[in-house]
Amino acid sequence: MRHIISVRDLRRDEIDRLLDRAAEIEARHFDPHLLSGRILGLFFFEPSTRTRMSFESAMARLGGVSLNMGSVEASSVAKGETLADTIRVVSGYVDAIVLRHPKEGAARLAAEFASVPVINAGDGAGQHPSQTLLDLYTIRKSMPLDGLRVGLLGDLRYGRTTHSLAIALSLYGAEIAAIAPKGLELPSGIIHELNGSGTPVTEHTAVEEVIDDLDVLYVTRIQRERFPDTASYLDVASSYRITPDLVLRARPHLIVLHPLPRLDEIDPGVDALPNAKYFEQAHHGVSVRMAMLSEVMT
Amino acid sequence: MTRKGPEGLLISPIRHGTVIDHITAGQALNVLRILGITGTTSEEVSVATNVASGRVGKKDIVKIENRELRKEEVDRIALIAPDATINIIREYAVVEKKGVEHPRELLGVVRCPNPGCITNTAEPARSRFIVVRNGLRCHYCDWLISKEIAEHIL
Repeated sequence: MRHIISVRDLRRDEIDRLLDRAAEIEARHFDPHLLSGRILGLFFFEPSTRTRMSFESAMARLGGVSLNMGSVEASSVAKGETLADTIRVVSGYVDAIVLRHPKEGAARLAAEFASVPVINAGDGAGQHPSQTLLDLYTIRKSMPLDGLRVGLLGDLRYGRTTHSLAIALSLYGAEIAAIAPKGLELPSGIIHELNGSGTPVTEHTAVEEVIDDLDVLYVTRIQRERFPDTASYLDVASSYRITPDLVLRARPHLIVLHPLPRLDEIDPGVDALPNAKYFEQAHHGVSVRMAMLSEVMT
Repeated sequence: MTRKGPEGLLISPIRHGTVIDHITAGQALNVLRILGITGTTSEEVSVATNVASGRVGKKDIVKIENRELRKEEVDRIALIAPDATINIIREYAVVEKKGVEHPRELLGVVRCPNPGCITNTAEPARSRFIVVRNGLRCHYCDWLISKEIAEHIL
């Protein structure tokens, strides 16, 4: 039985195979009845729009149906049932489980108690492998994944998408430029891990220092609650804003990604530039999740 | 001429049991914690700390009477005392001498310091850490413990 819990569990050839499969699906080369008669269980213990809906869409496009746990308040979880018990029970109702949970490691635990495959759709500040795969897929549509210079910008301390992406990119010989305000830098454990796998990491406090050298700029949200007051947040947020002028200074082939939702990190004026790929990135969620479902459910 | 103090043994020999020698200086009490030996258990234990040693400068020694440590118990102390040697004693003689080996993973030994980790909840999850190059990585949440490992021992 196959689970997809963390990018750390995936080898490069496994990632490539999933991305190849997603490309075939995007080109409409897939069996729309592949998962006919199969049931996907969606267990979202935290709010989600994009991830939940794109998994539902992916399952429907493959001919299967989805069962949704509904809100936590209306479920047995509200009665104090453990995740382990919930998973043991629902394993009898569905053919695969997609789980989002506020605790880190929840999906790994669920996989130990499940008798069907588990896909991690985000565990607290931990892993979110379907996001990482669609990030890689979006990059690969614009340029080969090998040897890229990738800038990660924003809240790199708590931003799970940037950690997973950096670890996955280390399989492809990337160089990472970590651009973050003071206090929100990439954790030293992640930097050690990247260096240990031969991935150079440089740290910067201003995007202007590195934008000229980048192939990919991955922007994430700087969350207001990380700052003591609104004034200091606005001060930092404005200095990390990506503007059309900044993008026009970069290499012409630079692509700008963002896991969305965005707030003020990217000026809407960037949306019209060919470098802006973040909406395309969100659309790729369905093809990539179809590839993941066909991987674990067939 | 050098003046020598009175001859004598720092700790008397034991008849049956285990002597853990060459423990990193200052770690003897943590070794006992890892082995689950507390003031309320029945073992007769002698501890010597900061003993001069030609091999490692200073070292700690632990002697445990009437208990022969098993391999998996011994390997748990490798994290904090990587140079330790284990001597199994029967009738005052060393019948077996072994070093410690880093285990590949630790089950139920270390508490994950990440407050958001699923192992720090009411879930039936036993602490599980993978031994990696620069420390210990939580099997569940990927948290890396790279220093002061003894602080996190359960």
